[in-house]
Amino acid sequence: MLALPVNAVVDVREFDSEEARARYYKFIEELRCPKCKNQNLAGSNSPIALDLRRELHRLIDEGKSDDEIVDFMVSRFGDFVLYRPPVQENTYLLWAAPFIMGFVGLSVLSMIVIKRRPKVATVNSEDNPDAKVEELLKKIDQNNNEA
Amino acid sequence: MRRLNLFVPLIIFIVLAILLGLGLQKETDELPSALIDKPLPNFSLPSLENAEQLLNQESFKGKPYLLNVWATWCPSCHAEHAYLLKLAKMGVAIVGINTKDEVEKAHKMLEETGNPYIGNIVDAEGKLGLDLGVYGAPETFIVDAEGIIRYRWVGVVSEEVWTQKLAPVYFNL
Repeated sequence: MLALPVNAVVDVREFDSEEARARYYKFIEELRCPKCKNQNLAGSNSPIALDLRRELHRLIDEGKSDDEIVDFMVSRFGDFVLYRPPVQENTYLLWAAPFIMGFVGLSVLSMIVIKRRPKVATVNSEDNPDAKVEELLKKIDQNNNEA
Repeated sequence: MRRLNLFVPLIIFIVLAILLGLGLQKETDELPSALIDKPLPNFSLPSLENAEQLLNQESFKGKPYLLNVWATWCPSCHAEHAYLLKLAKMGVAIVGINTKDEVEKAHKMLEETGNPYIGNIVDAEGKLGLDLGVYGAPETFIVDAEGIIRYRWVGVVSEEVWTQKLAPVYFNL
């Protein structure tokens, strides 16, 4: 996150509206540069990123919808350009993975908790606090008597 | 049982290490083209050889050919040029896309170093390159007789690349 301002590439672009500008910035954050792999369009200086930012600006200018813009990019560069991959057959596992891992984690956690519970329960005072208190009082009495 | 449980983290670690190791072995440099088995995108661009003549996606139909994206400003394109000449001599049809280049410079390079191309498409603005999903020259596509893209190679075409990657596809068309 700290590196973000350093990464940003500044192009001078004009937009018809603030909404168009917001869409442009959303897309350059979410689209991945095909050449540089681990940078988005916003962060890359490569010629292809420059071209794609220009195309993106043109598409937004022409009033293309978000879906049309995504189609334009994917039909040329594949799903690779999307940092947020679509939910489809070959990405089900990818999207389900966090839930599966969360479920596994929770299962393990609850198993550990359940296993530990009996140990806590062996202290009888839990079942009947009054009995425990009486027992203690008796002991004190005994001690006092002995003294 | 308790003892065995101690090994669980180690086993998980080994499995993960193996999976990640296998992942590293995979060539990640190669991006599958989104255009494989799709027809060439439509275009209408001048020919390098004859500026009056307009070429389009139909112009080279009829037999398989290599579609090679090149430019004089691209060092790797100079590197593969000699091998493209060899391929041309062997009878492989190569069509060039001269991308974002200056026509005079392109002419000069072909005159000085030889011309492996049966024709060249002048893509001055890089529009065709963009439609083909090209993200860096040189790139070489294999196009079949019907104008369908069958293969894409990103990077220099060398003898090794030709015999191992391109030739098997090219000669199977």
